[in-house]
Formats: sequence, structure tokens, C-alpha cells
Amino acid sequence: MSITRAEICVVACAEAWRGDGEILASPIGTVPAIAARLARATFAPDLLLTDGEACLAQGVWAMGEPPPVIEGWLPYRTVFDVLWSGRRHVMMAPSQIDRYGNANISAIGDHARPTRALLGFRGAPGNTVNHPTSYWVPRHGPRTFVSTVDVVCGVGYDRAAAAGPSATRFHELRRVVSNLGVFDFATPDHRMRLASVHPGVTVDEVVAATGFSLEIDGDVPQTRLPTGDELSLIRTVIDPRGTRSSEVRG
Amino acid sequence: MTEADVVAELRSGMTIGIGGWGSRRKPMSLVRAILRSDLTDLTVVSFGGPDVGLLLAGKKVRRLVFGFVSLDSIPLEPHFRAAREAGAVEVTELDEGMLQWGLYAAACRLPFLPTRAGLGSDVLTVNPQLRTVASPYDDGEELVAMPALRLDAALVHANRADPYGNAQFLGPDPYFDDLFCAAAERAYVSCERIVPTSSFAQAPVQTLRVQRWMVHGVVEAPRGAHFTSCEPDYGRDEAFQTRYAEAAGDAGNWAEFIERYLSVPV
Repeated sequence: MSITRAEICVVACAEAWRGDGEILASPIGTVPAIAARLARATFAPDLLLTDGEACLAQGVWAMGEPPPVIEGWLPYRTVFDVLWSGRRHVMMAPSQIDRYGNANISAIGDHARPTRALLGFRGAPGNTVNHPTSYWVPRHGPRTFVSTVDVVCGVGYDRAAAAGPSATRFHELRRVVSNLGVFDFATPDHRMRLASVHPGVTVDEVVAATGFSLEIDGDVPQTRLPTGDELSLIRTVIDPRGTRSSEVRG
Repeated sequence: MTEADVVAELRSGMTIGIGGWGSRRKPMSLVRAILRSDLTDLTVVSFGGPDVGLLLAGKKVRRLVFGFVSLDSIPLEPHFRAAREAGAVEVTELDEGMLQWGLYAAACRLPFLPTRAGLGSDVLTVNPQLRTVASPYDDGEELVAMPALRLDAALVHANRADPYGNAQFLGPDPYFDDLFCAAAERAYVSCERIVPTSSFAQAPVQTLRVQRWMVHGVVEAPRGAHFTSCEPDYGRDEAFQTRYAEAAGDAGNWAEFIERYLSVPV
């Protein structure tokens, strides 16, 4: 069975939490949820994960199933305790994101009277100035990767800098993973850089699907493939029902 | 008290906080009673779910103070979307941690609490009334001064309560219900069952977060959170919630749905 794009995305998202140690990984969306469990089951064993409700859970378990062991109580209000302590790394799914990593999950159009109302600010403003944040975009296109977001919910590098030292002190955008590639902000002024393209995707495709000019330095590497162990964990333990393919096709 | 008794103590123009979270343990029988009343121009503060959607659909809300509105299993609340896209409601949209902080400030009788949340984001541009505050200490930090969210009334739903206003949650999450009650001038608890105080001992004491000093009235409302979840008494009625969301898309279907929904005796 050949490796699917969704499986490559799972591993690319899991890599966001590499080296994070004993912090809460908060994935939003199907592929990030599989990815966080994969990261803990392999190279990031100290991560904390929730059951999606009010508890911290140990072990590795399948999507849609309850976890085997509860290790802590984390009702909604205590999520803010963890969040403000900085011991958390969230992966959110923006409806729009720009070159500095400003992200919108609130509204498309004018905030006072949007053409399309979305969820709301949720925790994005607080997340981004308190602890590391990454983003997951399952359908990369110019309407998602935009030159300017309509509402800044998640704070990008330019807005954090303009807001001053209290905003930049704990601000860090780790990576953006889309169905086409992996992006980071490892440039002098923190503009988004194409870090790797997924196997089967060209740099030109990524550029054409992005509504701003990406930083591209030299030959862009390919996103790494899942290892045999990772594939087996994804396919037989974490996502045996194949929910990952409903978020990423091909 | 009955739901009607609670609504009789509310006034148009009041600021009302609603407990629960998303489509979870919402005081829906109290929300239905508001929909049947002539109350209007409310400011509603909520970790929003169908409580917000219904009150918007019933044109009860002048201003909504929120961080999100969602039905959980259905990500976007249809009436919330419609009201926002029609410009039919004034909004104070905040980071959800700021919402908690504002309730806590009100509960502590403080004018504000400082927070990093909001800095650099459009929370500060779409809410020009928000101010920052400089730390008086050597760190030099400049933080958001989240103002107290004082409530005229709070409505929450619990699994059990005694006649004195002590309430017990038996599910995994207390949400922010005790903060809503403590932030309010008057707080009302609906519950699945009113029980003798002595029967609280059947569950750990940590379940007793909502206490009589913060509560002014108790309503016995079996299935009072339906169609939202009220673990462990019942889960969310997903089929009903789907019908609710589908009816919202069509004026005729909605009229029929809401007439039947509000005719349910309380």
C-alpha cells in the first residue's frame, strides 16, 4: 500500500512537537490529532494529551475511541492555567493566514458585518502570545494563504513586534503544514518560508496556490516520508478507520 | 421557583450570563422561558452554543459578549452566523480566556485583571473600549486590562441542587458556572433534580462548586439542558440538534420548529 498524502501530512504535523518535552500538545482537526498521538508514541514521549474533553490521558489510542488511562483532570478553565504558564503548543486550523503568520478564525469580510461569520476569536489571541503555535491547512489555496487576513485572531510576527515586548516575549510560530508543504518563519524578518514540499508537489504548484510571495532559498527539500513504524502506528493503532483521508485527499 | 418565576425577575436591557460551554449543559428550559417572554434588548455573555443561537433567533439580544459560538458537533451555529452576517447584533468579541478573566474580575469586585491575551490581535481594534495597563513594577510590561464583566443575572444548569442553592455538577467539567454565578447580582440554577442536602455526599465534595451564597433561586428542570449534553444524566441529543440546525436554514421550517419547541411544557 503506497504512502498517502494524508500520511505525509500526519508526520509533518507530528514534527511540530519534536523536542517540546513535557508540555500540553493541543491539536485542532483530524490530521493534527493523529499527529500529536503519533509524536508521543514515537519521538516526543513526554507530551501531555487530552481526551478531547476534560481529562489528560496516557497511552496511545484510536481516533473515535476513549483513551485507556486517565492521568489528570483538565476542565476548560484549567486549560487557561496551562496556556498562560506557557507549557502548551497548539496547532490551529486558520481560515486565512498571511506571510507573517497572522491567522483568522473569526470572520471573513468586515468584522462589524462579515460576509461569512466563523467561530470567533476563541483562544487564538491568548495562545499566540503565551506559547508556541503551529498551523494546519488541509486545503492550500490563495483564499487561505492571503496577503492580508480580514481579522487578526492568531498574532503574527509583524503584529507582535508592533505591539511591543509584552506581545513578543513568549510569541513563537513554529511551523505551518498544508496539504502541499511545510512552512516556517526562519527568515531575518520572519516572513513565511517554504521549508519543504510534500513528495509529488512542485515548488511552482505551491507558489501558484499562495496569495503572497513566499520566501524560497535555494533548492527546496522534500518533506520526509513516514518510517515503517510510523506508518504502522497510523494505519493500525491510531487511525484504523482512515479518518485522515477525509481531511486530505490523494 | 419555576422558569416563569425566574423570567419575572429579569428585565429588558439586563446583562445576562449563561453557563455551560458550547452545546454542553446549557440552561435550555430557562432560555425557552426567555423566548416565551417579552424580554428584549438583552446583553448576553456566554461561552456560546444554541442558547445564543435561540436568543438571537428570537430577537432578544442587543449585544453579544463572546469568544466563540458553536454547536460542537456542528462547528458553526446557524442563527449566530445569520445574525452576524445580517449585522443584526452588536458584538463584544473576545479571546475566551479574557471572558473568563472578565467574569473573575467581576466576581472579585475588581475593575479589571491584567492579561497578555489580546495584545497584537484585532481583539483590541474591534473593541476600542479596551485599554492596556503598565505594570507598576520593574518588568515594564504593558498588558491588556480586561474589564470586569458584571452581570445583572446568571443562569446555569446543574445535575443536582438542594433547595438552598447549593448545586452539584456530576459530569467531567464544571465549565465556568460558579464564575458566572459569582459575577452576577442574582444567579439562578436550574437542575435535573432537587435533592436533600445530605444526598450530595454520594459524590466527591469537589463537585460542590456552586454554593448558596452565590445563588438566589433554584428551579427543578428535568432534562432542562436538552438538547445540549448533561453528563452523566444524558448526552447531547444529536438528532434533535441536527433538526434544529437544519430548520434554521429556512424561515418556514424554523417557524414550525420553534412553535413546537416552545410549546413543550416546562
